[in-house]
Amino acid sequence: MLVDSPPEQQRAETAPAPPSRRAIRALGLLAAVAVLVLVALASIAIGAKSLSVGEVWHGLFHASGTYGDAVVGDRLSRTLLGLLAGAALGLSGAVLQALTRNPLADPGLLGINAGASAAVVTAITFFGVTTLSGYVWFAFLGAAAVGALVYLLGGSRGATPVRLALAGTAISAALYGYLQAVMIMDNAALGKMRFWTVGSLSSATDRTIEQVLPFLVIGTVLALALARPLNAMAMGDDTARALGAHLNRTRALSMAAATLLCGAATAACGPIVFVGLMIPHVVRSFTGPDLRWILPYATVLSPVLLLGADVVGRMIVRPAELQVGIVTAILGGPVFIFLVRRRRTAQL
Amino acid sequence: MKDPRTPGRPGASGTAEGSARAFHPRAVRTGGLSVRLDVRAATVVVLLLVAALAASVVLIGTGDFPISAGDVLATLTGNGNAGQEFIVTELRLPRVLVGLLVGASLGLGGALFQSISRNPLGSPDVLGLGQGATAGALVVIVLFSGSATAVTAGALAGGLVTGLGIYLLAWKRGVHGYRLVLVGIGVAAMLTAVNGYLITKADLVDAARAVVWMTGSLNGRDWTQVWPLLALCAVLVPLVLGKARGLRMLEMGDDVAYALGVRVERTRLLLMLAAVLLTAAATAAAGPVGFVALTAPQLARRLTRSPGPNLVPAMCMGATLLIVADWASQRAFGADQLPVGVVTGVLGGVYLLWLLVAERRAGRV
Amino acid sequence: MRPAGRRGPGGAGAGGGAGTETGGAHRSADGGANENTKRSTGTVNRLSAENVTLAYDQRVIAEKLSVEIPDNSFTVIVGPNACGKSTLLRALSRMLRPSEGRVLLDGQVIQSMPAKKVARTLGLLPQSSIAPDGITVGDLVGRGRYPHQGILRQWSAEDERIVQESMASTGVAELADRYVDELSGGQRQRVWIAMALAQQTPLLLLDEPTTYLDIQHQIDVLDLCAELHEEQGRTLVAVLHDLNHAARYATHLIALRGGEVIAEGAPKDVVTAELVERVFGLRCQVIDDPETGTPLVVPAARKARASAAAGVAEGA
Repeated sequence: MLVDSPPEQQRAETAPAPPSRRAIRALGLLAAVAVLVLVALASIAIGAKSLSVGEVWHGLFHASGTYGDAVVGDRLSRTLLGLLAGAALGLSGAVLQALTRNPLADPGLLGINAGASAAVVTAITFFGVTTLSGYVWFAFLGAAAVGALVYLLGGSRGATPVRLALAGTAISAALYGYLQAVMIMDNAALGKMRFWTVGSLSSATDRTIEQVLPFLVIGTVLALALARPLNAMAMGDDTARALGAHLNRTRALSMAAATLLCGAATAACGPIVFVGLMIPHVVRSFTGPDLRWILPYATVLSPVLLLGADVVGRMIVRPAELQVGIVTAILGGPVFIFLVRRRRTAQL
Repeated sequence: MKDPRTPGRPGASGTAEGSARAFHPRAVRTGGLSVRLDVRAATVVVLLLVAALAASVVLIGTGDFPISAGDVLATLTGNGNAGQEFIVTELRLPRVLVGLLVGASLGLGGALFQSISRNPLGSPDVLGLGQGATAGALVVIVLFSGSATAVTAGALAGGLVTGLGIYLLAWKRGVHGYRLVLVGIGVAAMLTAVNGYLITKADLVDAARAVVWMTGSLNGRDWTQVWPLLALCAVLVPLVLGKARGLRMLEMGDDVAYALGVRVERTRLLLMLAAVLLTAAATAAAGPVGFVALTAPQLARRLTRSPGPNLVPAMCMGATLLIVADWASQRAFGADQLPVGVVTGVLGGVYLLWLLVAERRAGRV
Repeated sequence: MRPAGRRGPGGAGAGGGAGTETGGAHRSADGGANENTKRSTGTVNRLSAENVTLAYDQRVIAEKLSVEIPDNSFTVIVGPNACGKSTLLRALSRMLRPSEGRVLLDGQVIQSMPAKKVARTLGLLPQSSIAPDGITVGDLVGRGRYPHQGILRQWSAEDERIVQESMASTGVAELADRYVDELSGGQRQRVWIAMALAQQTPLLLLDEPTTYLDIQHQIDVLDLCAELHEEQGRTLVAVLHDLNHAARYATHLIALRGGEVIAEGAPKDVVTAELVERVFGLRCQVIDDPETGTPLVVPAARKARASAAAGVAEGA
């Protein structure tokens, strides 16, 4: 079956960690932020035209309209989107894994990517939408609708990890069937969709960011606030109830947070796999099962992966670029498999 | 499982006749030989076979040039007129045979994988075999604009390499079911990205061809696809069924299986190899037809109401499903408009939803 | 009480230094040479481990451990958590291959024997077993007949009879048509034992058969084991947590600590206050069980233990 709670999580700490360990974790978080800043700078500096540190500095703080400044401006919105989308994907993955008590849970498994994709193909084929800012709303609606549907079909109040995963898989199946049918019959849709479905940051504009920002902020706040109740839920429904957690409320809010985050990210960049699945795994391997640490770490480290992958994608086939969704999958796959192999199976 | 050749539940005290839970397989014994027969499972298999054959006849009669069922049967038995004979034996019969064989292979491969991974979602489509075969086919289509035969070969190679890779990556003092699923999902995600990249690299004509292939289709399949598939099934199916008893023991955990004298790792390797071959060959012939491997074993299990991998029922169910889906797509959208994979995908999704609702009512999930 | 005297030369008490390890390698080579002579003596027990080193990956659980399971005994292995008792049982049942040394069944190295042949001689009730979805009790017990079956001999009248007998002797016959998932923990354990019985092996190994059961079912299961041992003459090897249960039911006790045999023999020779303290680190009294006369371990009161501990601390 789909996995029950890993034993690791059953031992979730109720008492705060000893101060020394906490200090190490806090320092680690600072280091992660530092890495993130470096990666973000790299993302601005590296591309078809490489910029020096000085040029980046000039473009960021004393922009005077030089060519370098224009490049910086362009890459700035791309980098910002990468930051936001990465954080959103990692956070929603961590919340979904805690909610379903299933380390396989990711936005793809719960059907959210499929919902967004189906909505976008509908927009292109039946509503004649052609611009990215037009897709965004459809993608978001699709993701939200499927998120709600999965939650309802998963049994709303009686939702169990297995039911949620099955409901997500079922809806994805039906939607991908629809998606393929449309793409086969409408070549124009295929022409657009094939680029959208690999996931990319390259079409980012300030407008896209403005569109998705409110959702991302609400989702992030909600997710971070859910760390405690989700910690309690990790130990099983009965224990959580005994600890005084509101199961149904926590489930509904978690699902809402995950849908907001992942729906907005998918709407802005297309379906990007693996960030939401992998980063929480990586984070858990050094923070342990406490979501109060997992969630902040995931928020910081996921954009490191996403931006890093974007930079790599720009470097290896210069002057063309490899879409970020492809790079995260190719980079993420081996890391993921390594993690799966390294840990004892019982802990997965 | 409870394909009729494997041992089943002991015919314990004959109490609850007619009640849902007590259906005792009969043991057929002559001299030193004894064979078990689960009556319900056997009935299910027979009914599914009848359904598959009936659907095949109807499917042969369906198309731009409709032929009545009676004429189809007459033609198949050699009593038709020349025009019908050409359409039936040269065009439509091979397509139906490919459908039956692909469906059966996917059903069997899915049942094997789900049993080995002890996970109802551990089917070849989730584990990345479909994506591997797709990657092989796309390389041929996009990078070399290869012929149909070359695409088939590419898909076969892609599927086999992926299966081998997953097994090796999941190997660590034995293959644990759960690790297998996780590694498979990782590989599947990587391959999906590769496939997406290949499609963005293609020109639109190749991309359209690739999407049709990726959906899974029976259009234009002929005798050259039938023979290799048939030969492979003829070798693998008896082999797999011979090992089915060991597989049943594996369901109770490696320790119990060991204690009962099953050579766990060897049985698992052999069965996985067979499942990979079956799935890769089926995918090479018809493309990665979605969800047959996932749903056929689950459906079969619900019909036989019997624990175990239900290998033979899953096989028959797969064949029936694919043929019915192909017929449905031709009826609903016209001949050769929509590939069969679209229908199995949608049907599979609807089935899983129904399953959820039903299971919830029964309070099982 | 017999201290661990029968271990190989140099094995007793010696730690795990590099020197002894190379010595061990030589010894196991010698051991291979005299396999036949040992078998021909005829006094050898059916199941034994010789100088086995047991490890999971790099983690060594026991080094150069030697154990004999006396024929027709009800042998119980006891020891504190993580002392290697389940690991030893896994090695005895060929579930774990020793990295050094060997396990002998009827004079043959167990790994070299055909799997089904072993399964007809030696049964195991592991801790982790999975009841397949929707399986009935009768079906599950019937699966224990696997090592006796083949493609052409799938379900003989004898299989039928033995399954009925196994279910009857474990008291689950009336549950035959129930689903295993519907049963209580105690019933389920009986069903698994019935499956192991249907295997019809003269040797039966049980890994913590009483875990997760309430006291009544624990006694139930142990009574059943005693019955199997006394009435059917099977050799039983069990890992038990409860020392008092072990002392009451075992005919032969093996006490392990840190992967070493500290003592073995009849319970009344082995279970002494001194040994319990050595093996479990617990101060206690040993009195006669008022029901059976076997040793009964009564842990010292909390205050007595605390003052003793304080005394030790002062002394140090």
